[in-house]
Amino acid sequence: MPAFSCAFPGCRRDLLVIVLVVFVGIGLPIEASAPAYQSHGTEGSHLTNITNTKKAFPVLAVNYEHVRKPFEIALWILLALLMKLGFHLIPRLSAVVPESCLLIVVGLLVGGLIKVIGEEPPVLDSQLFFLCLLPPIILDAGYFLPIRPFTENVGTILVFAVIGTLWNAFFMGGLLYALCQIESVGLSGVDLLACLLFGSIVSAVDPVAVLAVFEEIHINELVHILVFGESLLNDAVTVVLYNLFEEFSKVGTVTVLDVFLGVVCFFVVSLGGVLVGAIYGFLAAFTSRFTSHTRVIEPLFVFLYSYMAYLSSEMFHLSGIMALIACGVVMRPYVEANISHKSYTTIKYFLKMWSSVSETLIFIFLGVSTVAGPHAWNWTFVITTVILCLVSRVLGVIGLTFIINKFRIVKLTKKDQFIVAYGGLRGAIAFSLGYLLSNSHQMRNLFLTAIITVIFFTVFVQGMTIRPLVELLAVKKKKESKPSINEEIHTEFLDHLLTGVEGVCGHYGHYHWKEKLNRFNKTYVKRWLIAGENFKEPELIAFYRKMELKQAIMMVESGQLPSVLPSTISMQNIQPRAIPRVSKKREEEIRRILRANLQNNKQKMRSRSYSRHTLFDADEEDNVSEVRLRKTKMEMERRVSVMERRMSHYLTVPANRESPRPGVRRVRFESDNQVFSADSFPTVHFEQPSPPSTPDAVSLEEEEEEEVPKRPSLKADIEGPRGNASDNHQGELDYQRLARCLSDPGPNKDKEDDDPFMSC
Amino acid sequence: MGALQSLSDEPEYRELAEKTGFSFEQIGILHKRFKQLSHNEDMLRRADLDTIPDLACNPIRTQIIEAFFDKRNFHQNGDGTVEEISFEEFLVVMSHFRPPALNMTEEQREKVRREKLRFLFNMHDTDNDGTITLEEYRHVVEELLSRSGALGKETAKGIADAAMLEVASISMGHMEPDEFYEGITFEHFLKILKDIEIETKMNIRFLNMDTTTLCK
Repeated sequence: MPAFSCAFPGCRRDLLVIVLVVFVGIGLPIEASAPAYQSHGTEGSHLTNITNTKKAFPVLAVNYEHVRKPFEIALWILLALLMKLGFHLIPRLSAVVPESCLLIVVGLLVGGLIKVIGEEPPVLDSQLFFLCLLPPIILDAGYFLPIRPFTENVGTILVFAVIGTLWNAFFMGGLLYALCQIESVGLSGVDLLACLLFGSIVSAVDPVAVLAVFEEIHINELVHILVFGESLLNDAVTVVLYNLFEEFSKVGTVTVLDVFLGVVCFFVVSLGGVLVGAIYGFLAAFTSRFTSHTRVIEPLFVFLYSYMAYLSSEMFHLSGIMALIACGVVMRPYVEANISHKSYTTIKYFLKMWSSVSETLIFIFLGVSTVAGPHAWNWTFVITTVILCLVSRVLGVIGLTFIINKFRIVKLTKKDQFIVAYGGLRGAIAFSLGYLLSNSHQMRNLFLTAIITVIFFTVFVQGMTIRPLVELLAVKKKKESKPSINEEIHTEFLDHLLTGVEGVCGHYGHYHWKEKLNRFNKTYVKRWLIAGENFKEPELIAFYRKMELKQAIMMVESGQLPSVLPSTISMQNIQPRAIPRVSKKREEEIRRILRANLQNNKQKMRSRSYSRHTLFDADEEDNVSEVRLRKTKMEMERRVSVMERRMSHYLTVPANRESPRPGVRRVRFESDNQVFSADSFPTVHFEQPSPPSTPDAVSLEEEEEEEVPKRPSLKADIEGPRGNASDNHQGELDYQRLARCLSDPGPNKDKEDDDPFMSC
Repeated sequence: MGALQSLSDEPEYRELAEKTGFSFEQIGILHKRFKQLSHNEDMLRRADLDTIPDLACNPIRTQIIEAFFDKRNFHQNGDGTVEEISFEEFLVVMSHFRPPALNMTEEQREKVRREKLRFLFNMHDTDNDGTITLEEYRHVVEELLSRSGALGKETAKGIADAAMLEVASISMGHMEPDEFYEGITFEHFLKILKDIEIETKMNIRFLNMDTTTLCK
């Protein structure tokens, strides 16, 4: 067993401890059930003979029945998580075997243990699966769905999901029926509809398994979104086919009307699901508009609305998965613009946590159910099923890609096709659907066995070999790139460019409609769903602020100015001679003011009373402003020191803003408080400092060169203070920004300068 | 109708097809569009492109229109701008937006990528000196944000400065505080945008069937 080949001695002991925990956890219910009956018995007699026998007051008593259900649930979850922990402690294992395989093996072991004890191992209850275990995973996937690649490839994804699944179902069902007709197999009792039902259950690619395996191989974005999108969108097809064939196999005959109704049902199920999800999504977005005073419960709205969307659509037999995806996708941009940074982090972590736990539990239960479930083994049927699965998938992908490539701008290569075909894993959804089959189906056990075999095959064989195959075929991997503001600018630039060129070409293409949707979104929808003035903010600015915030947080955590790219390049390298001039006196004043205000802030923050109902996201924003402050201060200091150095070499003189006399350029030294001015290159005149011209306002003066001569050596333009107005403005703005940073935000004011849309 | 036309222009179309890589049908459709825009004249002017209603709300429409009249995009090693263009030049500019063929080698893809990035570079480098200076970059970002309300100039400046810093950091690595980064050269431009995979992104669908009568 691979699980026992430990790298270090301690882990063997740990595993033993875990096994013991499991033993105890399972042993307890058996033993505890015995005394429970006893205590009931004594109590009955106790009541009748109250005066006769006086028992001692029970200081310590065991009442397991009281906590049985939650105890078992907690124990199972704990076991699952401990297993997960254990795998990552064993170094080589997690690199070779995907986690899902290991978890199934653990499930098998646990199931085996339980059986050995003599208890009945719990089977993956379908209701538990569909109502509790599946939604977190799908919500996590839907909320963090990368929208751009998804919408760019949505046509391809839909073709694979709908037509691919239909092809799989009918191909497999048909061929299996043909197989069953052969006398030697001994399955002549199986009719066509049952086979088609089986085909429809096994044909759907499973999102849980795909997620689990693809997470670890980091494949390129296109293939990932194709397989993943397909696994999400084929739910509608599966639901319809399953319900259809179940109904029919009870009745026994199919008419043309039934087929037509089936097609209509498909559209109703899928579009209805999406509609329900979208409605709840808009509701959630609208609610989040008003949560600025109760930030603590913001994440709950997201979770509850999404879960309601899922339950509502399941109630009407619509596609719950599509509802959940639609809800997440619709709600995300608006909610993120409204909620605080902390709430966003909470949502992210809770979703990841729940989906992780769910996934672990699902795989373990799969293993346990395998040991538990009733089995009926038929070599031919099972082997044929597995082979047919592979064959139909490959044929389907190749055939569909041939057609799809005629319509795609960027065609799918053979490598892409291979990964898409090979990544079509089956998983727990197929098992649960099979389990849901009523016992009246005589072939139920056979089907269950076959389904489990297919799942095992795809998860183990395909799951384990896909990683080396990806390496072998040198398939493009996902680029681990940092968010780059240049790429962001150019992505947006490209969007507009392509829309424009489409306009010139004269046809309404992809970009045209996207632009129209964006404009509609901005003018109507955002106005209603986003709080405050933030709906006007364009994406690029939001992105930029996110980056700033990230940098600021990094700085707070590491205590120094971060360098995203370690280099010594700073503003003065790119700005043409940006030399601020601040007199030493001014600088001292600024420092004093900053220090005083910072002190004030710190004191005020400490003296606030603790309250469960308000989260101090003012804290973080204060930190950020403190950080900004520090950053600005450092910049200032650096510039001042640079300027000192430069003054000894350079003779160029930037325009002086406060100069009352136009046409004369002045320069200030912080050290001497002298004024140098030059009216022509290369002579420099020294003048006495004139008090009236010292500026009173504390302003950070940042110079921007208007028309920089290309050669850095310098023709001093003696233009008037042309840039004065804008420079002044810049200086004023900087100062205002500083002042705002320093001002006390107050206990309830959450609206600071860059509030609430700062989310990473 | 379209077929008759293309039959008569067959030899010219063949030459154009070879030069730009479009198919005959695509050239025919684009020719129709060209005639529609230029009001059946042989040369297209800026004013003709200005009248397209779809371009009216595009924040970078001036740059787009300029790109059509920029001689650097005509692949003839020219320089400067022209006042009016012929159909051939129109087609050459459009060919920058063709998707790469399915079975291209790595070098061919690289060539396509360079070509498209060169087009973008030319759009930014308005004074044609081979570098994108800070001012030019600021202008680009300002135009991008111009439609998006009044937040504008200062933030645009901040964003452009940050972007420039990033380019400088990636391309130059280390600079003395005295040194001055002149501007983004084409090689630096290639470097910072190499992760975008421009050859798969900068494409539009050119129709093989005539639908220009359906839209303006």
